[in-house]
Amino acid sequence: MLQTLGHIQIGWLLIASLAVTGFVSFYVGRTSMARAPASGPLERSHSQPNYHGYFMAMCAAVPAALIFILYLVLSGGFIRSQLVSELPDYVRSLGALELDQYVDRLFEHAAMRDPQPTGNDLFDAASSRLTELRGQSRLLMLILALGAGLAGFVYGLRKLNRQFRARDYVEMGIVGVLFLCAAIAILTTLGIILSLIFETIRFFNSEGSPGLFGFLFGTEWNAQTGEDFGTVPLFLGTLLIALLAMCVAAPIGLFSAIYLSEYASPTLRAWIKPILELLAGIPTVVYGFFAAMVVAPAVRSGAQWINSLPFTSDTLLSAQPQSALAAGLVMGIMIIPFVSSLSDDVINAVPQTLRNGALAMGATPSETVRNVVLPAALPGIIAALLLAVSRAIGETMIVVMAAGQRAQITADPTSDLTTITVQIVALLTGDTEFDSAKTLSAFALGFVLFSVTLIFNLIALRVVQRYREKYD
Amino acid sequence: MLDKTETSQPESAPSDKDTKIDCRHIDVFYGEKQAIFDISMPIRDRSVTAFIGPSGCGKSTFLRCMNRMNDTIDGARVEGEIIMDGADINDPTVDPVLLRSRVGMVFQKPNPFPKSIFDNIAYGARIHGLASSKSDLENIVETSLVRAGLWDEVKDRLASPGTGLSGGQQQRLCIARAIAVNPEVILMDEPCSALDPIATARIEELIDELREQYCLVIVTHSMQQAARVSQNTAFFHLGKLIEMGETEMMFTNPSNQRTQDYITGRFG
Repeated sequence: MLQTLGHIQIGWLLIASLAVTGFVSFYVGRTSMARAPASGPLERSHSQPNYHGYFMAMCAAVPAALIFILYLVLSGGFIRSQLVSELPDYVRSLGALELDQYVDRLFEHAAMRDPQPTGNDLFDAASSRLTELRGQSRLLMLILALGAGLAGFVYGLRKLNRQFRARDYVEMGIVGVLFLCAAIAILTTLGIILSLIFETIRFFNSEGSPGLFGFLFGTEWNAQTGEDFGTVPLFLGTLLIALLAMCVAAPIGLFSAIYLSEYASPTLRAWIKPILELLAGIPTVVYGFFAAMVVAPAVRSGAQWINSLPFTSDTLLSAQPQSALAAGLVMGIMIIPFVSSLSDDVINAVPQTLRNGALAMGATPSETVRNVVLPAALPGIIAALLLAVSRAIGETMIVVMAAGQRAQITADPTSDLTTITVQIVALLTGDTEFDSAKTLSAFALGFVLFSVTLIFNLIALRVVQRYREKYD
Repeated sequence: MLDKTETSQPESAPSDKDTKIDCRHIDVFYGEKQAIFDISMPIRDRSVTAFIGPSGCGKSTFLRCMNRMNDTIDGARVEGEIIMDGADINDPTVDPVLLRSRVGMVFQKPNPFPKSIFDNIAYGARIHGLASSKSDLENIVETSLVRAGLWDEVKDRLASPGTGLSGGQQQRLCIARAIAVNPEVILMDEPCSALDPIATARIEELIDELREQYCLVIVTHSMQQAARVSQNTAFFHLGKLIEMGETEMMFTNPSNQRTQDYITGRFG
């Protein structure tokens, strides 16, 4: 029994028991109200019977769910320490790392649907003991949850009467669920920031760390050898590529948005808009090899042609097989749909009355767009561009494949250079130890990158709020 | 239908020499749906013509025929002749941009551009090249604002955004903006429906003053407004012109029963 209980997927236990508790309570709540006698002919109950049912379901299921959550958070540690304390001394006297690995293997083995004996008696016994411990803890948890559910059930049942404002409590419960969902997104972001900060601090405290100043303002980057951690070349590389990308995406995206929202017939719009948005659905790795295979060679031969012109020096452009220009061009194409679709939204949000006003004065359509529609939509367009910039800065795959690995400071778009994201990938792929300055520097880079894009997004939001015209 | 249009051409109809715009047999379609059915009416110069009728009766659609704003609506089609100063404005050789500089329009909701008060007024003059110098432009702005009765209120803050004015001021700004282009006709599509009674009274005063120089056509839901500001009134119902005549006649002694019913509030 305990063995079986220890093997079931915990999710099924949770869903099944919560569902049963919830349904039972719901029906009890509903029928008990439906049957309750009215004290007078004119008396109406405050809430519909269904609301009493929902209230009962909430009363029973919420405490039970809380017990489940507590169990999920706490049980792992308890079971682990209990298991370790039962292991023979010679196993426990292993180093902390080896012991951890051993227990990890036990957990893995025990978690299998149908664990086969390994032949190692100690291991098999420990594995089966682990399953047993799990079963026990789950049984305890189920009993506790049932108790809590029952307590909630009784509490709810005692509250029910015709005047009871069950509807209000259900509304509060719905608000609670919605709040929880909103909070999860925020908590996750917080968690990511905290772990980034934590690792970043570890980096600055580690051996070979350049210190904050050296990190932010150093001009040499040789993280692979663990020597130089100056991020200036990475930043300049990132900015150059983002700039090139925006040179492509801003005009094309904006102009196509203007065409779609102001000029295109509804039929044409219905065709073009989804196709444009299809661009956003192409995996960036596909863009990446397009950049590496098609655009980069073209950029190179173009650069060579310019070098070969009679009035240019032969070394004017470096014409590398990988180049910032190739990555920037393709990235620009990739973010066109961001710019166009966001700009399209804000241009469409400009009230028709403004356009009519301009047209009725004898403005031509293009004068209307230039002088009236675009100024009205400008804050939104700026926000769209800033969001696109932060997208370009954070983009990884295209630059990994087409921009190169060499950290250098250059303004020549046909030379290869590297970006923050490329370096993070390079530092974290392959065989890495997670406590060397080399690896930790990736987290510091990530933190800086996150801060930069966060700042861009905040500015974008501020711009939108600050200049939003009230058109009502 | 025929006899109705005939009864709607009473002896009080404006004589030909006063006619600014002569609409002849206008049909308007939105896609398959016909919104205006064979409406003919003369519109007199230097006077106010009011269009009244229940919602959806086609009065705004008909108004928009006169500066071809229906062109901007997908699927809208106008048939018939609208003769203004001897030429049909629906003729393909007529440039709607030039036409609209002669026929200004004021909308239901005040729609100042997201620009300064000065630029709002100067906009039309700029795009039509009406001012040859900066002082010319300033002149145009000032005259237009004075005529719209807004000058005293805004002369010290011409650089502040037009959207910062109150609703009534915004609507007068839009009227000033229309005047600045030097139009011959001003169309107003329920210009007071978004305004409070005091702002409405100011606009009505203004309309009365503008009558001396312009041909005005106003769509309104307010019978009192039509009675107060207009010299001629046209009553629309279900896309048809039921009756047109001098305002005083229309409100005291309409010849059509439906007009009578609408004016006295029995339907609509």
